[in-house]
Amino acid sequence: MDALSYADLSAEGVAEGRGKDTTMAKQGSVDRRNFLKSAAVTGAALVGGATPAGAQTPASPQAAGGPATAPVAPREADPVADLEVITTDRPGGDFMVDALKALNFEYIAANPGSSFRGIHESIINYGGNTAPEFITCCHEESSVAMAHGYAKVEGKPMAVLVHGTVGLQHAAMAIYNAYCDRTPVYLLAGNSLDATMRRPGVEWAHSVQDAAAMVRDYIKWDDLPFSLPHFAESAVRAYKIAMTPPMMPVLVVLDGGLQEDPITPEVQARLRVPKLTLTSPPQGDSGAVAETARLLVNAQNPVIVADRAARTPAGMARLIELAETLQAPVIDQGGRMNFPTRHPLNQSGSGRQLIANADVILGLELTDFWGTVDAFRDSLVRSSRSIVKPGTKLVSITSGDLYTKGNYQDFQRYPEVDIAMAADAEATLPALIEACKRAITADRRRLFDERGKKLAEANLAALERARAEAAYAWDASPISTARMSAELWAQIKNEDWAYVSESGNPSGWPMRLWDFSKHYQWIGDSGGAGVGYGAPAAVGAALANKKHGRLSVTIQGDGDFMYAPGVWWTAAHHRIPLLALMHNNRAYHQEVMHLQRMSARHTRGITRAHIGTTIEDPNIDFAKIAQGMGVHAQGPITNPADLGPAIKRAIEAVKRGEPSLIDVVTQPR
Amino acid sequence: MRKHAVVATLLIAGMAVGARTAAQTTAQAPAPTAAAQAAPAVPPGNAVNGRKLFVSFGCYQCHGYEAQGSSATGPRLGPRPIPFANFLRYVRRPTNQMPPFTAKVMSDAELADVYAFLRSLPVPADVASIPLLK
Repeated sequence: MDALSYADLSAEGVAEGRGKDTTMAKQGSVDRRNFLKSAAVTGAALVGGATPAGAQTPASPQAAGGPATAPVAPREADPVADLEVITTDRPGGDFMVDALKALNFEYIAANPGSSFRGIHESIINYGGNTAPEFITCCHEESSVAMAHGYAKVEGKPMAVLVHGTVGLQHAAMAIYNAYCDRTPVYLLAGNSLDATMRRPGVEWAHSVQDAAAMVRDYIKWDDLPFSLPHFAESAVRAYKIAMTPPMMPVLVVLDGGLQEDPITPEVQARLRVPKLTLTSPPQGDSGAVAETARLLVNAQNPVIVADRAARTPAGMARLIELAETLQAPVIDQGGRMNFPTRHPLNQSGSGRQLIANADVILGLELTDFWGTVDAFRDSLVRSSRSIVKPGTKLVSITSGDLYTKGNYQDFQRYPEVDIAMAADAEATLPALIEACKRAITADRRRLFDERGKKLAEANLAALERARAEAAYAWDASPISTARMSAELWAQIKNEDWAYVSESGNPSGWPMRLWDFSKHYQWIGDSGGAGVGYGAPAAVGAALANKKHGRLSVTIQGDGDFMYAPGVWWTAAHHRIPLLALMHNNRAYHQEVMHLQRMSARHTRGITRAHIGTTIEDPNIDFAKIAQGMGVHAQGPITNPADLGPAIKRAIEAVKRGEPSLIDVVTQPR
Repeated sequence: MRKHAVVATLLIAGMAVGARTAAQTTAQAPAPTAAAQAAPAVPPGNAVNGRKLFVSFGCYQCHGYEAQGSSATGPRLGPRPIPFANFLRYVRRPTNQMPPFTAKVMSDAELADVYAFLRSLPVPADVASIPLLK
């Protein structure tokens, strides 16, 4: 049945007189039955007209093909199928591609599916498979996570196509990650709405009344356009909503008929893509900004904590300016690349002590302000305590306060702050900086300078401490995560590099040892901690970095790798340069520790925590898996002395435009 | 890098443990029990067996196979461990994120072997002698 087209079914419908059923028709709507009538008109007009290059050539019904079992001769009751009725060179999908081009999408990622075959064909033929270019994925979770990683590098969404049913189900976890990470992803889902026009069998199983229902709890907006003009508005509106802080995934459902049926003359006359004007991010209230500036300038020990604060390079520059204006320490929680690691005011390694000693704490787009200022103990009796001094003033600036849903609990414990600005932190920083500058006196300036000198010394001391700690287990096998990070840094530090993802947990060594100074050198993590983000997000980010000529590197967890390893084929197929070092500790190590905790708490079986949590017996040969998908790969490497030469070889491959993976057998953390 | 939400329950306070030196951790430990006070300053122990126990009892999970520690999960424990009495006390009744290892699951003798393993660990090379860490 897959070979049957809507045109086949439409012709049959006309023959049986169902085309006269106009009870559902609305003016300008895309009702399938009206298409049947107008298609003939449009098609007739095309017969004598020029055929666009690359467009389908009208063919006889037999030549056009159909199922192998299709009758050769038409049934007596069937009409003689005119060429004009069964082909079109202007299906609705073409206009959808016009809209995607107007929105300037570079790529559209998808695992192919019949519910969006119409727009798929329009993308590759009508659209020339460029802007957007179709990225072939092996799993919808990979498609979405690739878009997640891409968006954080490029600052704009990638489009993703999925089945409205099974594809969206596959994609759900990755959508949730992007939602938690406040990242725009532009989802398009195929569906077949008109039950009387569905092919028997699979198309019914792949159709749904309300496709968005399954993911509506963790997307920002969705729509089900009823016509092409409606699609145009929804397509632009979706883009605008996704890009308005807090940024999140959006979903537009594409009816199969809308994609495949001809654009009627009356609809054609109404088609246009509306102008896109992105919403200016909301700034904090001027009074709240002024009061925050007063608190920060007069504080003895102010601390700035940043999580998803720097959406763009400008955000990073603004945070540097604020910190330097106040000579205040910055704790970068790493949701984005907020602050250079070797800036004298970066005190991320001393975060807990600084928080405990602070009198004013400014939180910028914090995922968890409560967890920043409280300690929690996961013991038989769970307990928590505040770690800040009484009277410490807490100020929050976050766009998260502008949009919170109830079902999924990613919003964390309620933080008792003193000033809460429901605003975009990056957009608010210029006003806050100016307010601080106006409030600073000469006396305060002298105090700030003294504070800055001490913090600069502390930053250098932290780097020296990190290097000393890295020396422990330096020659160990399994290889220490410190050694792995140092070996990787030695090979990339003179390149234009970007650390695009991190799965597993290498104990923060890259941030402690490497010199992160550019916004694109770190893009944060998954947001929702759904395992399986690491590999596809790295591939998506590397795809974005490709045109910039950056060397994308990732530390790749073994558990994460196994969720949807087909994304490595996508990287090989599309020649996406990416260097991945496996952090192969042969376990879902976080869960090993959870089981150990339960066994110790229950005083039994503490030697059995590996059951159900480790990935051994047999050990996975990741290099072979990657090689089988056309990826340059080496390993497993167990001797730390072999690592440096392997990384050099891998970088040579990456510079040729290939993905390259090195399986490194590592310490647990 | 960034804290991972999946591991938040371990990491939030776990990082606090990791951020402290062994001596600081010891300073927070409760008063010695009678058994701990009676324990010898440095008991005899089998370092080879201690290494095996360090793995089979899961100590390596947070502290690494070489007890080198992790900023994410648990502090470095060797090669110069805290005094044995403090070590024994903390393992039995930890005050932070570490789960308790009672005598029911891990004997004093086994802990002595683990302690011997920690003492046997080599002192790392001078950072200045490691080109990648300069």
